Amino acid sequence: MSSVVQWAALAPLLALVGSLINAFFGRSLKEPAPGVIASLMVAGGFVLSVLAFIGLQGSDHGVQVTLWHYLLGGSLSVDVGFMIDRLSVTMMLIITGVGLLIHIYSIGYMHGDDGNSRYFSELNLFIFAMLVLVMASSFPLMFIGWEGVGVCSYLLIGFWYRDKANPDAGRKAFIVNRIGDVGFLLAMFLTFKVFGTLNIAAVNAAAPGMLYGAGALTAIGLLYLLGATGKSAQLPLQVWLPDAMAGPTPVSALIHAATMVTAGVYLIARLGAVYAMAPGAAGTVAWVGAITAFIAAFAAFAQTDIKKILAYSTISQIGYMIAAVGAGAYWVGIFHVLTHAFFKALLFLSAGSVIHAMGGEQDIRKMGGLGRRMKITGNTALIATLAISGVPFLAGFFSKDAILSSTLTSGLLAGSGNDVLYVILLVTAAMTAAYMFRWYYGIFAGESRVDKHAAEHLHESPAVMTWPLGILAFGSIAVGYLGLPEFAFPNLIHRWLQPATARVDFNELASSTDWWLIGLSILMVAIGIGVGWWVYHVRKGAPVAGLKDSTLAGASRGALGFDALYRILFIASGEGLSGGIAALDRDVVDRGLAGIGGGGTVLLSRLARLAQSGFARAYAFAMLLGVLTLVVVAALTGVLK
Amino acid sequence: MMVPTPYYVALSSVLLTIGMVGVLTRRSAIMMFLSIELMLNAANLAIVAFARQWSASGAETALSGQAAVFIILAIAAAEVAVGLGILVAIFRHRVSTDVDELSEVRL
Repeated sequence: MSSVVQWAALAPLLALVGSLINAFFGRSLKEPAPGVIASLMVAGGFVLSVLAFIGLQGSDHGVQVTLWHYLLGGSLSVDVGFMIDRLSVTMMLIITGVGLLIHIYSIGYMHGDDGNSRYFSELNLFIFAMLVLVMASSFPLMFIGWEGVGVCSYLLIGFWYRDKANPDAGRKAFIVNRIGDVGFLLAMFLTFKVFGTLNIAAVNAAAPGMLYGAGALTAIGLLYLLGATGKSAQLPLQVWLPDAMAGPTPVSALIHAATMVTAGVYLIARLGAVYAMAPGAAGTVAWVGAITAFIAAFAAFAQTDIKKILAYSTISQIGYMIAAVGAGAYWVGIFHVLTHAFFKALLFLSAGSVIHAMGGEQDIRKMGGLGRRMKITGNTALIATLAISGVPFLAGFFSKDAILSSTLTSGLLAGSGNDVLYVILLVTAAMTAAYMFRWYYGIFAGESRVDKHAAEHLHESPAVMTWPLGILAFGSIAVGYLGLPEFAFPNLIHRWLQPATARVDFNELASSTDWWLIGLSILMVAIGIGVGWWVYHVRKGAPVAGLKDSTLAGASRGALGFDALYRILFIASGEGLSGGIAALDRDVVDRGLAGIGGGGTVLLSRLARLAQSGFARAYAFAMLLGVLTLVVVAALTGVLK
Repeated sequence: MMVPTPYYVALSSVLLTIGMVGVLTRRSAIMMFLSIELMLNAANLAIVAFARQWSASGAETALSGQAAVFIILAIAAAEVAVGLGILVAIFRHRVSTDVDELSEVRL
């Protein structure tokens, strides 16, 4: 069976080929050819992933495919190789599956855009880099994928580069990510120093033999966490994601919701064995996740941009995943990656459908009542909203519940305040339901605030866009059943991922307690939805209208002022420094050189000009004198003899 | 009976000196040009004389000195063509070949 699995190593290559075709020949292809080619390549990757998934059913161990040696030197040996095991195949299925739907949707969304082929080339390049990231068998190769997705993210955020704000947002994303990348790099160096290898499987195999809570492991864990906070938009590097919404909406769905931003979660899950031995690092991970989840949920309340609300919601949901992997519940983190990929991609794509219909309008204050004109979009968005809110029997309910109970019972977080983390995440769940229903009611329900001109053009999107919405809506319900609560039902995804992830001890709870916890989380969701419904639908936002100018609303609008703080701390100081250096260069170096060099040259040239009399016979006489001098010198020193 | 080499060298020196004085004292470009040719051929004479002495001494029978002079003569012919061409161009332009007047490139 392993040969079937090995074929999956071709999946990234397919995407790369698609990218190159569109890059070099895309301009001469007629629409929709670039989109179809790109979609076919991703579809091929999806088929290979499914085959690998089937091939891995029987075996607990993954397959290592080594393509060639990349770095060899002393004890260092880095291969370009792929590790295809249950964890990476799960991610491959998400990337190629959701990616395929978003590619198809993009054919409709990007119809008629000048950069159509460039768009699909970059989108395929992203799939390539993301697959390399999750399939890499060694840290350096993973880092190549890690950087690759960063580049694609940068390219696609600034896709509409004629409006300067877009490339600026791309640059911000790239620079903030660089900070995380430094963490990743340092972590790699330290990993090599401690373990003597950069092979991920070898590190995971060696970690359980180390001292529990060893300082080196904690340091490695914290440095990889820094890398993860950059890519996954967690505190303190979360500031880039809301700006990243400048890109085309399908890009937001694919890169900034479903796949790339979950790379940090994957990284920590992949390195579960290290974190399982470093409770300090794991606790920090969980706290970073929980605090980010709370802050981002708070910030989502005052946003008015249809996509920015979803961006903060993404940050918040990734916070949940990070908290889960921090608790050592690696399958839970990946499970939430899976469910989130469906409902968040669906939310973004329905937002894209709305933006498409509104002719580019993104302000939810100018929407409302759209559900009546756009039935499919409205209904699928409702399903996604219910799923993300954690309403029972939808996907988000099962994964969020698993996160809540695993943070409460994790043995790894025993010294880091399980219960406080649990309460933060529980409160955040209620907030999630409330702000998501603010989003839904603001756009799809209530009376229309659409201006006359836009209202005339309102239309449901074409089938190439609504079909992916439907499939994602189905997924937003169905994938939850892969991870039913463990204490009472069979849990497929846990059993599937168990051989590929590290084992962490969890406290056993009484079955009745488990039921109580589920009841509690349903209660919180009900409160959240109730508040959302009453405030934003029944009272049309009247209860919070008075808060508009308060500090609370201001803090939410500004996402607690992180952007402003970083502007003062880093941008202002950087600009001051560079301004000073520029002045030094201009006034001291340039002026000095002009004074010394220029003045000296003028003086010397004046002297040299005296020799240039302009009289040919004077030159001839000088030549004669020169020859005579040479002859005399030669005669005296005897050089010629 | 061969004319001794020092005689040729002395003649060559006299010709060279005459040429040199001509270059330094004459203002007409044509006369300067003639003087330069005189100096050139003084050098040629010396080379030929030394070459003859060299082969007469029995050390060498090769005619490398004479060959060099032929090359010099050929190049000198080309140089004369270019030089006279320049002079004609200057004369057409200014109706004078006084080199002291040809200094307006100087600041």
